[in-house]
Order: sequence, then structure tokens, then C-alpha cells
Amino acid sequence: MALTLLRGMRTPVSSSSNPGLFFTVLRPRLSRFTARAESAQATEPKAAPSRSIQLATKEAAEQKTQGFEAVIGIETHVQLSTVTKAFCSCPYNYGAQPNSTVCPTCMGHPGTLPLGLALNCEISMTSKFDRKQYFYPDLPKGYQISQFDIPIAKKGYVDLDLPVEFGGGHRKFGITRVHMEEDAGKLLHSESSSYSQVDLNRAGVPLLEIVSEPDMRTGIEAAEYGAELQRIVRYLGVSNGNMQEGSLRCDVNVSVRPVGQSEFGTKVEIKNMNSFSAINRAIDYEISRQILLHKEGQADQIVQETRLWDESSQKTFTMRKKEGLADYRYFPEPDLPEVVLTSDYINEISKSMPELPEAKRRRYENMGLSMQDVLFLANDDTIGHFFDSTLEHGADAKLAANWIMGDIAAYLKDEKVSIDEIKLTPLELSELIASIKNGTISGKIGKEILAELIAKGGTVKGVIEEKDLVQIADPAAIEVMVDKVIADNPKQLEQYRAGKTKLQGFFAGQVMKASKGKANPVLLNKILGEKLNAN
Amino acid sequence: MPSILTFPFPAPHQSSVIPKTRAYQRRPENLPAGRRHAAASPGPPPPHLPPSPPHSRSAPVHRRVSLQSAPATTLAPGPATSSILSIRESLLSGERTAADITSEYLSRLRRTEPSLRSFIHVADAAAEREAVELDRRIASGEKDAVGPLSGVLVGVKDNLCTANMPSTGGSRILDGYRPAYDATAVRRLREAGAIVVGKTNLDEFGMGSTTEGSAFQVTTNPWDDSCVPGGSSGGSASAVSARQCVVSLGSDTGGSVRQPASFCGVVGLKPTYGRVSRFGLMAYASSLDVVGCFGSSVFDTATILSVVAGHDKRDSTSSSQVVPDYASELVSLDLLESKPLTGVRIGIIQETLGEGVANGVISSIKGAASHLEQLGSVVEEVSLPSFSLGLPAYYILASSEASSNLSRYDGIRYGRQVSADDLNDLYGESRANGLGHEVKMRILMGTYALSAGYYDAYYKRAQQVRTLVNESFKDALERYDILISPAAPSAAYKIGEKINDPLAMYAGDIMTVNVNLAGLPALVVPCGFVEGGPAGLPVGLQMIGSQFSEAQRVENPLNNFCHFIQGNLLRVGHIFEQTLQNLSFVPPLLAES
Repeated sequence: MALTLLRGMRTPVSSSSNPGLFFTVLRPRLSRFTARAESAQATEPKAAPSRSIQLATKEAAEQKTQGFEAVIGIETHVQLSTVTKAFCSCPYNYGAQPNSTVCPTCMGHPGTLPLGLALNCEISMTSKFDRKQYFYPDLPKGYQISQFDIPIAKKGYVDLDLPVEFGGGHRKFGITRVHMEEDAGKLLHSESSSYSQVDLNRAGVPLLEIVSEPDMRTGIEAAEYGAELQRIVRYLGVSNGNMQEGSLRCDVNVSVRPVGQSEFGTKVEIKNMNSFSAINRAIDYEISRQILLHKEGQADQIVQETRLWDESSQKTFTMRKKEGLADYRYFPEPDLPEVVLTSDYINEISKSMPELPEAKRRRYENMGLSMQDVLFLANDDTIGHFFDSTLEHGADAKLAANWIMGDIAAYLKDEKVSIDEIKLTPLELSELIASIKNGTISGKIGKEILAELIAKGGTVKGVIEEKDLVQIADPAAIEVMVDKVIADNPKQLEQYRAGKTKLQGFFAGQVMKASKGKANPVLLNKILGEKLNAN
Repeated sequence: MPSILTFPFPAPHQSSVIPKTRAYQRRPENLPAGRRHAAASPGPPPPHLPPSPPHSRSAPVHRRVSLQSAPATTLAPGPATSSILSIRESLLSGERTAADITSEYLSRLRRTEPSLRSFIHVADAAAEREAVELDRRIASGEKDAVGPLSGVLVGVKDNLCTANMPSTGGSRILDGYRPAYDATAVRRLREAGAIVVGKTNLDEFGMGSTTEGSAFQVTTNPWDDSCVPGGSSGGSASAVSARQCVVSLGSDTGGSVRQPASFCGVVGLKPTYGRVSRFGLMAYASSLDVVGCFGSSVFDTATILSVVAGHDKRDSTSSSQVVPDYASELVSLDLLESKPLTGVRIGIIQETLGEGVANGVISSIKGAASHLEQLGSVVEEVSLPSFSLGLPAYYILASSEASSNLSRYDGIRYGRQVSADDLNDLYGESRANGLGHEVKMRILMGTYALSAGYYDAYYKRAQQVRTLVNESFKDALERYDILISPAAPSAAYKIGEKINDPLAMYAGDIMTVNVNLAGLPALVVPCGFVEGGPAGLPVGLQMIGSQFSEAQRVENPLNNFCHFIQGNLLRVGHIFEQTLQNLSFVPPLLAES
């Protein structure tokens, strides 16, 4: 173990009092974390002990119309995908061996010094770093390098469209500020509960903190806001935005007030949600909890605190109560010079920025696609890219959208792969669409070819030739097959002619089968109809 | 020796004027008689100084540098000589081996250390090994075996990180801590061939003015073992004064190099903020901290600065200004004209010669001022109205930054950890046991000054004062090339004298803190004595220049010739030192042997 440590560390730490892979912090578990179980019930409304979350969510929505509204603001931390940490040259890889990507600087050793950006914001041409000071074992220097009074950007907004299944609608949420800071390490609490350990791999990784205006009113709005930020950072390529890995973390502030009241209610912060769906459910749960307390005259039970979302019980629990406002004793970071941006630099970046989700959605909408299609195609950067690329090869937008949202999406879902992992190229999809349109193959054959291309690759032409799938559009050839099928099924022919005209389908199927699916269905039905009725 | 031509220093055949033995070995006999109070009568101007040669060129000019005007056989006290040059000369000529030189210093170190206690850690065995290795390389005729600082024993203040030695910052909380890396300044010294002989004592994390604030030991003053050596770099100053090492590194946040240099009678240089990388210096107050150096001559100090200065990507506040060869323009006396400082404008800061400043100090400084006048400069009194505001502003800013910088000493990742049942107890007890009284007091002051509701009244106001101090210096330095003042209001005082009176100790920093607030360079050169101790106590003259005026090169675009500005700090300090007659700053401790 100790050997692994020394090999993994770029700079062996000589303090022999802390052997092992982690820095052992202390014997007892942190009291903050143990506090939650016993205090959990305290603010739980007694009237609603064991209701299902779905019910609670539904009720929250109903109760809102009964005189209350929720106010929601979100602080989002986005881990930037930089090659190195913010203020030293260590790499960061999620899941690396604990304390393997650290150096004296990010571990806060004596004498070390720190080194030295789409949300429609005003960019500060000159900003600076500040120190935010508090003690915690995951914070090696005893302070976090952050930005206090001059954030890198402020006063922006995000546009988004709510999913159709949630009622749809366009929303615009304000961004208060965006600032840069460094991440802290991670605490790991042992099973036996007798000590905690610190992994400092993450310490010093650059973060963007994006603070929203309290503009959201429901869980779905908040979840969609988070999802839109994820799309934006992914579109920009600045972060993988992965919530499970902690690359994108949302802390949500929720308060409830009677409709018409202008001041906010007491806000509660919720942490520990690792999916957008969890954000949605956690907020709706919290809203219903607070509204119930209001209704039962227990509004004073709503206190300023941090609550954790517990996925297993689908509830929020008290993590820690706030003892007034923490004094972080911010002051300007003396080890780092001011950050000065030139307008040339900002212009250059604006020019090189890719199309963002909102612009993409508006463009797709203008193509005449339905909002459902728009959201499906634009929500995932890779799918949007595939779709655009297919269109560039001349494909019809609606047809391409149908193929992507149909067979391709089904395959992606079944195989749990992303669209850029399949063997089908946008060029071949456009070829496929063209081949159907010009009658070379039937839609049915098209589906077969698509499956082949997704799994094995190749070209539409290649598969058609290889499998001899060219549509039979020669009336004489089809006539021969129709004649044969009619001759082979005299009984059905008799019934047909006796008035059971539905049997045309049976005959068509038989002919199609005989042609191995290649007969042109329009021609087939025309010839078949003529033959069946020819007496 | 083929390597000779590559040296930036004199070649062996030019060595006739370079002393065969170092100055301090010859002088002790003359000490008592040779010293007198400069205050009584300033040294007369040098009788004859030949005209100056043309200005140095932009290419690395390896002009003949000889610091000894008198023949080597003279025993009369002369101006300070360069120990670095003399060691270099001995090694190149083969006259002495590095092992010889090292053992000479180490034996003096072993003899004097029991009374001085300058070092927290002595790496004598490693120093001897490195010397033997150097000798082997010289003997085998290895090209470039002798670097600019080869065989030069260096003491390093213990708040500078060293990879193979303990680095405690004078604090119990880092007892036994061995960093994984060398501070940039230390690395550069080693790369130039220097031998790090040990880690010198200091006030804990540099907070103090007497070195009594060390968690480990009290260092004494080589001029009087009942006196403090000053601080916080007291160990580094004392070690150079007693020739336990050739030169040393210190750090200066509010005067921690200059005041002990004054107390111990050595040359101390506080470079411009950003001139030397702070990487590996345990931060006390990041916006004020600089790495500085001590030597027994201005030349040695300038040589060290040339080696340690320069941009470092690991310190975002380090300057990318070109580093000149600071020693190259420090010419020997016989090459100087009779009034070498003609045209240099010097301002003597009025506010530093008034109430609260010892009479002996005032007369020494006035003596030094008239000496500078005799050298051809114009000396006038200048008033810096914001001068007295600097001290309180300094203590607020330094304490505020310290309260943040010292947060990392929490017992979690390294250093002393006190086991506790609760996280807050772990922090509290590790810090309560690991940190000393003065450090805790400053953390509390700083925490208070940065707290919500007090920030504007303290931290913000102090920053405003800092701006005023800056402007006031800027204004004065437009009219004068150099400003002079005492380095401290008194000479060395008794151990224990101010230990229970922090305000009295803080008041002693009045001369130096303004310079840190403005980020300016300042040089302290011994200039006289006051009564006290067995042989008087030295007084240092502080010379303050504008940013990066340690040596300013000016390039003539027409002919690509470069010259140094006449009024730069090291040149004026060097001329002052070399023309100081009849004063020798070798402590009586060395005469006893």
C-alpha cells in the first residue's frame, strides 16, 4: 500500500505519520454528517408521513394553485476539462487512484504558490481572484481560490424549451454571475466509521460556478435549466458535464411563499442530486414539504439549512443548519495577478464558438420540425451533429428526423451506445433516404439496410448489390409473380371474387414474399388489383 | 585550464591584485584599533581615483574586477572584499581546494555555533562531500567544473524549502518536515555550484524582529552575545557576520533582511518585489514577501542576486524583466574617478532622523550622508509625509495575509498532528500546540481585520494607505535617485529586552516596512558604530531605489551599447562601501581565535 502511494505520488510526502493511500483525518466520523438521521424528522410535516413521491409531486402542483408559489435558484459547479488543474500542472482523471494526481502545490505544502472561458453575460475585462477562507480537511490550503466581488461574467440568461410531455413552453432564466474557482478534495468516510480519509486528486481542478437568478418555479423548470447548462458546456466542449462523476453539480435553493407576496420565504438548500430527474423530484418533494408546513401553520419550522436528497427514500433530510451567515473573510489573492482580457481575445472566442442549443432549436423549428423532434435532435450535441451532417448531404429534414428518432434511436437505446459510436455515417443515411425516394428500394428494404449499416457499416449501394435488393419495378416481372400467386391460391381467389376484398392484402403479401420484398408496392398493388378484378 | 575563458570573473593571470587570503583572516588583529565611530568624523574622500573606463557593453562584459586597492600584504583595514571572488580565484589557481575552504568555514562554524546558535540544521557532512566532489571534478579537468558559486558555502533561512534538509520555518508545527523540493532561489544557487551548509534560525515563519520567536533556539549577535541579531533573518545575518558561511539567503516581509544586516554589520539586500521567485518560500504575507540575501560585501550580495533573480513560472508574481549581471559594474576603487557619484541625487528621509531614533544612529547616518556628498553626490533632506502611516498599515496587511497563508498548517497532510476525537479539536489542538505565541497573535489580528464588518475599517483602509505610501515614494524617487535612512532606529538591543513588549518591537520596523509596501529594492550597508558590546555595535545605512533599480541597464538604440544608470543601488552601495575608510565590520568573536 505504502509502495503504491509512493509510486503514485509525484512527490513523496515524508511525513511518516500518515502512511497508506489516504491522508487519515481523524478517528471519529465528521459530526456534520452524522447529524442528519436524528434531525431528519424534526421538520417533517406530520400530516404526510408515508405518501409516495408521485403523489407528493402532484399535490405540490395542485397546492401551488391553492395560493402558494415556489421560488427556486440554482448554483451549478461545472468542472472544466482542462489538461491540468487550475494552479499547478497536475492532470485530473476521474476515478484515478486516490492521491495519485497531486503535487506539493495542490496539496498546499509550505512555500508553494498557485500558477496562473456562452451564457449571454457581460464579461469583466479585468477580474481578479480572491481567497475564501474556511477549515475543512478536503481544503488543503485552508482557503479556496475563488472570485468574490468581480466575477468573470455577470448578468446573463439562458433560454430553454420545456419538454412537450411536461406541457412544453419557452422559458428564459437569468444568470446572476459566473466565476472561476478551484475544486476541493474529496472526503471518504470509512465503513467502520472510526476515521475519514481525504483524496486530494480533485483539489485544484478548475470549476465554473454559475449562479442563477431565483427565476424557476417548479422542479421540471429547474431540472431543464440544469440540463440546458449541461448541453451548453458539452456543445462548447469545456466540460463533459457528467453528473455521476461530479463534473456538473447543482445546489438548489428552494423557498415557498403565498402568491402575491413579494418577499421570499425562508430558503432551504438541497444538495446531493446526481441526475436531472433527481433534481426535479427533490425540488417537488421539498416544495410540497414546505407548503404543507405553511398550511399547517408550522411555517416557522422551515429554517435556513442544507438538506440532502436521499434517493432511496425519495426525501430530503437535514444535513446541517446554518448558524447565521458564514464569514469567509474574502480578500484579494496576493499570489495571482489580475486577469485582464482584451476585446480582441473575446471577439476571437465569440467567433470560434459553436452554435449553441438555443440557436439550434430555433433553426430546427424553422425547418418545420415539431417541438418534439426539435428537442430530441438538439438536446444531444452528437445527435444534432449527425442530423446536420445528414442534411448537408442533401437529405430531407423531416425524413432524416424520422429515421434518427425511429430506428436509429431505438438501436441506441437497446445497445446503450451513442450515435457517434455506430457504424452508420450521415452520408449513408442520406443515401438511404435518397434511394427510397427515387424508388431504388422500398421503405421496408430500407429498414433492413439501415440495420445492416448500423451494425456492420458499409455503403447503401454495397448492401443493395451484395444482397440483390434493388426494387423490382418492371411491370412484366411483377405480373409474372402475380399470376403465379393467383394461380397457386384458387380458393382465396374464389372468396375474393365472392366479395371478401380484404384478401387483396393476403395476395399482396404473397407476391411480396415471392419477390423477397423487392417488388415495388405501388406497382404490385396496381397490377394485383387489375388481375383480381379481371373477370 | 580550458574553462577559464568561459568565466565571468577575472582569469588567474590577472590575479595580482586579488588577495591570496580572504580579508577577514588578516584583519582581526587590527579590529579594535581599526574601528572608530564614523559619526565622529566621516571617512575622507579617497585621495586619488583614476578615471572610470567607458561604460560596459551589452554583451556579458567580464571586466577586470578587483576589489582590493591596497597590495595583498597590507594588514591595514581596507574596504570589504569579495569572498566569492577570492574563493573562485583560489579554486581556479589551484592554490586551495574546495575541501580546504569548506573545512575552514566548518571549523569556524563549529567553534562559534555554541554561542551563536545561528543554525537550526547544519549539513556539514553533505557540505564536505560536495566539496570533495568539486575538487575531484576540478582535478579531472572537467569543463565548467567551477561554476559562478562553486565552493561557496551558503546558509539558507529555514523558511526556504530545501529538498534534502528539514525545513521548519522556525515552527514546531513543521518539526521534522522535509519538503520534496528546493525553493527556486535555492535551486538556482545549487545550480551555480553553491554548497548549502545548513538552515538558519529565524522568528517563526518570519514573524518577529529578534529571532527570539524561533520555536527552537535563540540566536545571539556576533558583536555581543547578550544582544539579539535582529530578525526575522537573524540566523542568516549572524552566520555571515561570523563567517560561518560565505553568503546567506533570507526573506524580507517588513525588514527581516535589512534590520538584522544592520544589527550584525553585514550587507543585506531586499530586492524589488517580484525580482526573485517566492516559490518555496513559506508564505508569511504574499504581497510583501521577498527573498533577499546577505554577504560580507556589496559585491557578494550582487553576485548572489544575479544567480537567484529572474522569472519563474511557478511564481505568477515573479517579474520577467531581464536579469543583468549585477556584479559586473562594481569596479575596483583604482578604476574610479575621484568623485564617482557626481550627478547622483540622494534624498535623506527627514522623518527617519527624528524622535525615537538613537542619537548614535542619527550621527552615523549623517556621517554616511556627508561621505556620500564627498563622493560627488548631492544629498538633500526629503520629506515623505505618509511615512508614519506605513507601520500600522503594514501590520494590518501582513497579519491579514498571514491569517490566510498559515491556514494550511492544520496538521492534516504534513507536520505535527495532535490526535483528537473531533475535527474541530484536531484543528484547534494541532495549531495551539504547533504554533507560537507571536504567530497566533498575528493570525488573530489578521482574522479580525478581514472579518465581515471590519474589513473596510482595517484591510481596505490599510490598502488605501499602501497606495499613498506608493505615491509618496514615487514622487520622491522622481526627484532623487536614491533615498537614504537608518535601517533601524537603534543598534542591536539586549536579548529579552522587548520580548514582552510587542509594540516596542513592532516600532523598530518603522524604517523598513514602507519599502515592502511599495515593493521597492533596498540595500543595507554597514556605515558606522554606536557604543555597546565589547567593540561597539554596528549601524547600517539603508539605501532605497525605484523598482528594479538594483542595476538598471539602459540600451542605446543607435549603437546597441548598454550602460548602467549611475545612480543605481548596488553601484552606489559598492562605492560607498569601498571608500569607507578605517572601518572594519568583522566582529570581535573572530578576533578571539
